[in-house]
Amino acid sequence: MSKHARETIMKYVFMLAATASIMAVLLICVFLFWNGIPAMAEIGPFNFLLGRVWAPADTPQLFGILPMVLGSIYVTAGAIIVGVPIGILTAIFMAKFCSPTLYKILKPATQLLAGIPSIVYGFFGLVVIVPFVREVFGEHFGGSGQSIFTASILLGIMILPTIIGVSEAAIRAVPDSYYEASVAMGASHERSVFWAVVPAASSGIMTSVILGIGRAIGETMAVILVAGNQARMPTGLFRGARTLTANIVMEMGYAAELHREALIATGVVLFVFILIINLLFNLLRGRKKY
Amino acid sequence: MNAINTLTWKDRLHGYKKNPASAVLFLLVALAALLTFAVLLFLISYILARGLPHLTPSLFEWEHNTTNVSMMPAIINTIIMVILGLILAGPLGIFSAIFLVEYAGTGSKLIKVVRITTETLSGIPSIVFGLFGMLFFVMALGWGFSMLAGAFTLSIMILPLIMRTTEEALLSVPVSYREGSYALGAGKLRTIFRIVLPSAMPGVLAGVILGMGRVVGETAALMFTAGTIAQITPNVMDSGRTLAVHMYVLASEGFHVNQASATGVVLLVMVIIINWLSGFVAKKFTKS
Repeated sequence: MSKHARETIMKYVFMLAATASIMAVLLICVFLFWNGIPAMAEIGPFNFLLGRVWAPADTPQLFGILPMVLGSIYVTAGAIIVGVPIGILTAIFMAKFCSPTLYKILKPATQLLAGIPSIVYGFFGLVVIVPFVREVFGEHFGGSGQSIFTASILLGIMILPTIIGVSEAAIRAVPDSYYEASVAMGASHERSVFWAVVPAASSGIMTSVILGIGRAIGETMAVILVAGNQARMPTGLFRGARTLTANIVMEMGYAAELHREALIATGVVLFVFILIINLLFNLLRGRKKY
Repeated sequence: MNAINTLTWKDRLHGYKKNPASAVLFLLVALAALLTFAVLLFLISYILARGLPHLTPSLFEWEHNTTNVSMMPAIINTIIMVILGLILAGPLGIFSAIFLVEYAGTGSKLIKVVRITTETLSGIPSIVFGLFGMLFFVMALGWGFSMLAGAFTLSIMILPLIMRTTEEALLSVPVSYREGSYALGAGKLRTIFRIVLPSAMPGVLAGVILGMGRVVGETAALMFTAGTIAQITPNVMDSGRTLAVHMYVLASEGFHVNQASATGVVLLVMVIIINWLSGFVAKKFTKS
């Protein structure tokens, strides 16, 4: 084979490899929608999305996923409330306050936090946070400890590495001149960082929050162990709830026919949530300065 | 000798006295950082302390049964899954990154589409990958619950990670290397495989190792693709559970919490080693 032919062939091999991700996304969309939309149509989109009762064992079967949609939203909101302030402040510390020696320890630590499998987080939540919540809040608020509150704390911890990593990069990308100008005007180090540097990095920090939302809403194995998974409308912070992700894993093992398709449709709803989050992420990045 | 603009602790304290708001801000960030790392430290030491006493020899027996709940089959399956996943996603990810960096022009339409799709892929939750794997590999292609279906699903999942890290590594190779190679008469292929890829190897390897970490820790994408049968299987078309799935089954059943904690130790140690290795490879090779 001539050298020229080899070059051309390999070029197309590389190109083919590059289209793999496009193919994958297309296949995922096609197969999910293909299998999920018919069930949604059969149940009725309003009955499915806004139905308040999920009872696949009843006759007639009821497939309303509003409890799970709300469960996912509450748990994610809780994770944001817990994880975002701590994450952003830690990112500020790592970018502007910590010494290089300390940074050499802290940076790998955040990477390790990102690498710990979600099942290990889930187990930790199950044997540490659940009993803790039951002991401390159970007396006044009742509940078994497996609750929206518990899931929020655990997910808040799990999204920390995402928030810290992206926010820190955004803060570091702000030109030093912002900081220097502020210090030259007589502001203290802290004031300069908080009122000159951090606002300039705000769109990057927002991006980190959006990525954190995506991670929290898609988390499955950890949530399933600590959230209680009751398929009914969430009734309180210290009561259990079931998320969209948990709904799929809990019942997919034995579901059949319409029930099974309804679970796939649950996956479609989750997928659409993620696509919306991705869109937001891209919009934000389009406007992003640092 | 101290530079004139360095601050001593005394200067700082003096500043904080004059400016309590700054002191409060400093306390806030320091506390947040402390909390983050205290949580990590507590988590790791708790899992180790809880699980290590239960790490008995019977957990490593070759055959799994309901009395010994051995994790040996799961460990072997995890290793098989890692190898399969890397065989599939490694070349694909590296080749696509080569195309993006070395062949496609910066303004090309294809590049934009590939970027959007890889970003979409990296944002998709693992349970959605699991659903897709079940619908496509397990059912549409008729593979059944099998290690292979699991490996294909996972390889799509880690593809964006390998692509992004390889891309960064390739971009960090100076253009002069390529120019030098061309000037000596080498073709594009030879330049890529002999000059660019070897210099980018540490970055590429670090990314591949991180991909291993994701495979080891994955649960949701495997439950409905590779299945949950605890057996050592010589056949990739058979079902088998990995270590993370094993831990989930033990923890959710609730009868074997101690064994689950022991599995957690093995899993955690694996992930820590993988993480350390990734950082080590990236650092070690860039120095020399």
